[in-house]
Amino acid sequence: MLVLTRKQNEIIMIGDSVEVTVIEVKGDQVKLGITAPRDIKVHRKEVFLAIQRENIDASRADVGKMGKIGDIFKKNDKNIGI
Amino acid sequence: MKIKTKPYGEIEVDEKQKIHFPEGIIGFGGLCNYYLLDSREGPFYWLQSEEEPELAFLLVDPRVFRHDYKLMVRESDLRDLNIKDKQDLLDFTIVTVPEDHSKISANLMGPILINRKTKLAKQVISENEEYTVKHYILEEMKIQRTRLLESENACSYTKAK
Repeated sequence: MLVLTRKQNEIIMIGDSVEVTVIEVKGDQVKLGITAPRDIKVHRKEVFLAIQRENIDASRADVGKMGKIGDIFKKNDKNIGI
Repeated sequence: MKIKTKPYGEIEVDEKQKIHFPEGIIGFGGLCNYYLLDSREGPFYWLQSEEEPELAFLLVDPRVFRHDYKLMVRESDLRDLNIKDKQDLLDFTIVTVPEDHSKISANLMGPILINRKTKLAKQVISENEEYTVKHYILEEMKIQRTRLLESENACSYTKAK
């Protein structure tokens, strides 16, 4: 891993088109500004991983046991009165 | 034409139901073609992989259990799907059904956007930071019900409906 030390308002360039600016350093938080072309997706890693994990869980549903899922909903619909 | 589906075995589908995810669904990158099927279970839909019959995601419109749901996504995500008009946008959330059905949940952090006209689709990351990957549907329906009853406008709301 390449490690660089930067001060506030200093910039790192990744390739020709991605810029990462250190906007603010406050306690244990660093605020970064990222400029990148549209086709480069920028995400917080933990968010991306959480969605990936949840998708995998969702894909594992046992369809054979799901016949009653709609019933749960209907019951609740009645409770709410809609 | 007929396709193999996870929930219903082999069924007849229409070409119109075909949805294309150029980037796939997060974690399932190689699989780009799906069919949107009406579910036989309540207000749900199935997103059935064309390439992998054993892969299907249960979808729901989150407004069914959260009337206050606000879709917040990046402009660039809408551009990727060529969505210029709100009318062209169809949005869902993926549902997780665990062994204990009362813990059924929806992923509001990673909504599915579909361009109704072109059938281009994408799973995006919500810009609304209040939303998480696990919203327990039955619990949130209860909260909504309580709010509705407590609300001073409950009466007029019911009348308006």
